Amino acid sequence: MDINPILLLAALMVASTPILLAAIGELVTERAGVLNLGVEGMMIMGAVAGYIVGHSTGSPLAGFAGAAAAGIGLSLVFAILTQVLLTNQTATGLGLTLFGMGLASLMGQGFEPALPVTVSKIAIPGLSSIPVLGPILFQHDAIVYLSILLVLAVYLVLGYSRAGLILRAVGENHDAAHALGYPVRLVRLLAIMFGGACAGLGGAYISLVRVPQWIDGITAGAGWIALAIVVFASWKPWRLIGGAYLFGGMTVLQLNIQGDGGKIFGVTVPVEYLSMTPFVATIVVLVVMSAGRAPGSLGKSFHASN
Amino acid sequence: MTLLEISGLTKAYPGVVANKNVSFSIGKGEIHALLGENGAGKSTLVKTIYGLVRPDSGTMTMKGQPFTPTDPRAARASGVAMVFQHFSLFDALTVSENIALGMDNPPLRRDIAARIQEVSRTYGLPLDPMMVVGDLSAGERQRVEIVRCLLQSPELLIMDEPTSVLTPQEVSILFETLRLLSSEGTSILYISHKLEEIRTLCHHATILRHGVVVGTCVPKQTTSREMAELMVGATLQAPKRDHATPGTALLRLQGLSVPAPHEFGTALKDITLTVRAGEVLGIGGVAGNGQDELVAALSGETTVPDDMIEWQGKAIGRLMPNDRRALGLCAAPEERNGHAAAPDMTLTENALLTGRTRMQLANRGIIDWAKTREFAQTIIEAFDVRTPSTETNARSLSGGNLQKFVIGREILQRSRLLIVNQPTWGVDAAAAAAIRQSLLDLAAEGSAVVVISQDLDEILEVADSFAALTDGRLSPPVSTKGLSLDQIGMMLGGAHDMETAHVDA
Repeated sequence: MDINPILLLAALMVASTPILLAAIGELVTERAGVLNLGVEGMMIMGAVAGYIVGHSTGSPLAGFAGAAAAGIGLSLVFAILTQVLLTNQTATGLGLTLFGMGLASLMGQGFEPALPVTVSKIAIPGLSSIPVLGPILFQHDAIVYLSILLVLAVYLVLGYSRAGLILRAVGENHDAAHALGYPVRLVRLLAIMFGGACAGLGGAYISLVRVPQWIDGITAGAGWIALAIVVFASWKPWRLIGGAYLFGGMTVLQLNIQGDGGKIFGVTVPVEYLSMTPFVATIVVLVVMSAGRAPGSLGKSFHASN
Repeated sequence: MTLLEISGLTKAYPGVVANKNVSFSIGKGEIHALLGENGAGKSTLVKTIYGLVRPDSGTMTMKGQPFTPTDPRAARASGVAMVFQHFSLFDALTVSENIALGMDNPPLRRDIAARIQEVSRTYGLPLDPMMVVGDLSAGERQRVEIVRCLLQSPELLIMDEPTSVLTPQEVSILFETLRLLSSEGTSILYISHKLEEIRTLCHHATILRHGVVVGTCVPKQTTSREMAELMVGATLQAPKRDHATPGTALLRLQGLSVPAPHEFGTALKDITLTVRAGEVLGIGGVAGNGQDELVAALSGETTVPDDMIEWQGKAIGRLMPNDRRALGLCAAPEERNGHAAAPDMTLTENALLTGRTRMQLANRGIIDWAKTREFAQTIIEAFDVRTPSTETNARSLSGGNLQKFVIGREILQRSRLLIVNQPTWGVDAAAAAAIRQSLLDLAAEGSAVVVISQDLDEILEVADSFAALTDGRLSPPVSTKGLSLDQIGMMLGGAHDMETAHVDA
């Protein structure tokens, strides 16, 4: 095998970033008690919107902003249906994914990129020249750093701030939170929008950095993996990084093995099995590790008169 | 000096007037009781004071100023605090996080623990701020709510049915705290249906019926019976009981042990027990000591190794609920909405759900709806269930009415042994009396009844023998004749060897 471990680990962080972004958004949504299964749909909307805006303006920043806006837009559809019209969250989320995939496909049809978009790498001064660790951790683009900072921010806000405590309270027992006078629906609306923005950013990272081009169905199940990782992480932010990097790492590793002729220790493995490994590995780990307790009100509709 | 004055308060919901022209006042430092049956409008009234409900008409004045809270935050700012009937706590959060959530300007994290300890020491309410609330007992959970209120130094403390889940010892601790608060000038609005408690604790009482104030009294100078009759608007009959000699053994538990079903559950530990025909066995204990788990193991929701449960000599530990029901072993679990009854199904459908086997309501898988409706109608008539029709959803019945339906459904299918958990929790006095009487009638006909309850007065009223359930262990049953509340309290405290105490008595 001829795989450079440093390049592999650096690529791992890039491959994991879309899932990490989508997962941290969904984690906040679920901690507020809302199960949004539309992550895949919001991601692919972000992917197409980011691609269109980015290549129309030539600005990656505008592209990512457009992606976040598209994610929020689709999440608002979910928010209105589930929080105002009290539809079933599971069915609405599934519908949102189907709707998002169709709409993204329609929007992307026949779009010709006008201007090139380059997302530049930022080498962090000092740290990036550390041998081995420097190239792995500190020579990435801004979104990679942003995704990790977001996890840190979510960890701090949920664990140490009043806003985070209220959000957890709403997700844990919405009737009690209402009885204490907290605006359950507003908190959930904001959490859903945060989830939408993060999923949109994650999608755009695929179409602007990782691939980078627009192809129908480009997210290829990343949204579902993000949903699974939230559960595997027992709704704890730090564990998300482990889950996302495991999936990303397996993806990069199997791609490298494929590029190497599909040989593992001299045995040729069919491509189909290799492509399967990130999903299988994630599911296996999920089953072995999942021991966390879901937020008490997760997926339940809230109506103030109850 | 008057703290809060309510005059002419009216609130109507579609089809029902919850409060009609309600007026009363609470003085500074006064403990004022609000008495009434379920559906009398007590909840709506206190929710109005706490800013959760806005009245259609009428005024409230607090210390001479108009008082119109638009939300609980505004009510708290005016000095009103409330301890809820169904605790408004968050299981997965710690004590200090729960308390911080109930405060509008919480102190810093490190200060709050110190303040919790300070208040809990002052008022004799021991609490560990770092404990997760899901691990606490009902009494401790209530302390969390009370401390949460006290940290805001309220002028009016509303307590909605505070003692229904407490042991007698915990009740006396609570009353000490409330008296201390009252002597310091805090007014308390105390809602309960336990008349003896109101007589020992409260200075004044306002009695509500169908949303209207039907009387006021000084509880210390009024008998419980007089208050109950004002509340119900009719004369009450205490349940009649004949101590029958127990018959043959129906159910035998031998070393019943079940691991805890979930993180906050309780494991059952080596329970051995015999229940005889014609006997009413009361099982007391504070919530969370294995009641739900015991009901599940007896009803068949949890299956156990075959020989742990014996029904008339036959091992049935592995049988499922319907097979046990076929034998005559029926159960009415505690949670009415969602466990004993399916809330969004009609009474007819609910009658079918447990009555199918014993009442033969289905023939080769085809439901006989006419027969089922007739069964539901029989229950409604025999147990005086107030409902528009058999096709009403279970959810829309009041707690007492649904409880009468659920218990009636099991009794009318000729249970040989009926297990009921908290049969009168949140049920008004008249319905509670009717339910207790029907349990006694069932026993008088030769069936056995197991009553699991946290209301010890209820157990003493209906049961022939008493056993205490603490931390998943069951004490040997003792006769309820001559058993005092103090002795029961000791048994609940885990002092299982009651022999000496019993001889002393």
